[in-house]
Amino acid sequence: MGLERKIDQPFFKEVGEISRFTARFFREVTKPKQEWDEFINQCYWIGYKALTLVSITAFIMGLVLTIQSRPTLVEFGAAALLPSMVSVSLVREISPVITALICAGKIGSGIGAELGSMRVTEQIDAMEVSGTNPFKYLVVTRVLAATVMVPILSSLAIGISLYGGYLGTNIRGEVSWTLYVYQAYDALSYGDFLPSIIKTIFFGFAIGIVGCYKGYTSQKGTEGVGRSATTAVIVASLLVFILDLIAVQVVDILGLT
Amino acid sequence: MESEDPIIQVSNLNKSFGENHVLRDFTLSLSKGENLVILGKSGSGKSVLIKCIIRLIEPDSGEIIVLGQDISDLDQDEMDQLRANVGFLFQSNALYDSMTVRQNLEFPLRRHWTKEERAEKAESAVIQALEDVGLGHTIDMMPIELSGGMRKRIALARTLILRPKIILYDEPTTGLDPITAREISDLMNSIQKKYNTAAIIISHDLNCIRMTGNRIIMLIEGRNYAEGTMDELMKNEDPKVKDFFE
Ligand SMILES: Nc1ncnc2c1ncn2[C@@H]1O[C@H](COP(=O)(O)OP(=O)(O)O)[C@@H](O)[C@H]1O
Ligand SMILES: [Mg+2]
Repeated sequence: MGLERKIDQPFFKEVGEISRFTARFFREVTKPKQEWDEFINQCYWIGYKALTLVSITAFIMGLVLTIQSRPTLVEFGAAALLPSMVSVSLVREISPVITALICAGKIGSGIGAELGSMRVTEQIDAMEVSGTNPFKYLVVTRVLAATVMVPILSSLAIGISLYGGYLGTNIRGEVSWTLYVYQAYDALSYGDFLPSIIKTIFFGFAIGIVGCYKGYTSQKGTEGVGRSATTAVIVASLLVFILDLIAVQVVDILGLT
Repeated sequence: MESEDPIIQVSNLNKSFGENHVLRDFTLSLSKGENLVILGKSGSGKSVLIKCIIRLIEPDSGEIIVLGQDISDLDQDEMDQLRANVGFLFQSNALYDSMTVRQNLEFPLRRHWTKEERAEKAESAVIQALEDVGLGHTIDMMPIELSGGMRKRIALARTLILRPKIILYDEPTTGLDPITAREISDLMNSIQKKYNTAAIIISHDLNCIRMTGNRIIMLIEGRNYAEGTMDELMKNEDPKVKDFFE
């Protein structure tokens, strides 16, 4: 009886529902007839929506992180380590997480609102009636697009934030671009890039799944659509942090540090 | 013999949402070429009924036979094939608002025509369907640019594009002004003549019912409460039936 009551709680119910939704994704993704056109559309749309914001934020993060780290390093007489230290944190942590959070905000809410309004205006039912599998057409394409695009955006963010870091170093110091790149790349290894890319794949997948789940199962009425969009952002952001925590542990255990 | 068989036969259909028993042993049959009206209060389960027929909603029990096939026996693929023969006009129209009128009309063809067929005939099918509803000039417009009556027509054109044998209309004139409502009713009649379709029409618009319906079923308390022509039902003394014709 105790267990039954626990399972009845909305949180566990939600987790169960999202798991079932994810399982359905894996069933449908392998079925024949992929919707390539819609997938390309979605990739383009995600890039278009998030590119500007991701670029600006990445640039500022690189710049600010460098400027703020300098005094501490100078105090320890380690100013020469600035490029290496900053680039490691930008590559490993800041660029992927910032990109994922921006995508959770823009892409997660966008998908949640779009599918939510299609649900309440019966457009999803209309697809079903016309013989097109709406899960395949709407959900599978969007989840795959997010899974592909978030790593790409994150890689871009890494590049831009490193450039921001270079400018930050150069405000006071006189480090040439070549020297900066040399120092940064010296500090970085595959062990930094690979886990960073891999975790953004999971971030993208989580953002896509949560946005689609919230929208696809939206409740009737306009406030239902609004709620889908906001909870998609909240749940996706939370998931990004949880996945990040797991990723750190996994990387640690595998000794990739 | 073949033509005597009803093309839709619903028997003892039950559907509840939790404690809310919407349909209780509901029964109806639709014959070839017939326009059957379902009349009932708001929230009485009319939409649930026709959504069960097209299997957007899974009933709890009962039998639904459409064009000779028991729909609970069909797998997804067979159901999709059957759906090509059954047009569904949503009360909200359900036009894809991110697509143009042309893309809206082409959408159902994706599943049912091959790529070659689409390349060859989609354009003319779209134009034909738009002309059937008198809106040829809207082909490149977005749904948001259209008036309520036009959207209803486009939605109807989209259901017509696969040339269904049966059309299910969910409150086709609700929310339209009386003149537009009459135009839509006229259109429903002309389509039935042109393509020889049968239809289930959900409506409480007495003008529309008078113009389009051959027979009326009153859906009250989840049951097929009374059945007959408009004139027969208007003579019915049952207070629950009388309510509708006052
Ligand atoms: N998906 C659903 N979940 C729960 N209840 C529903 C659902 N769809 C319809 N209902 C309920 O079923 C009843 C009949 O709804 P409906 O068929 O839409 O009425 P109407 O006759 O106005 O078309 C209503 O009480 C509605 O709340
Ligand atoms: Mg209804």
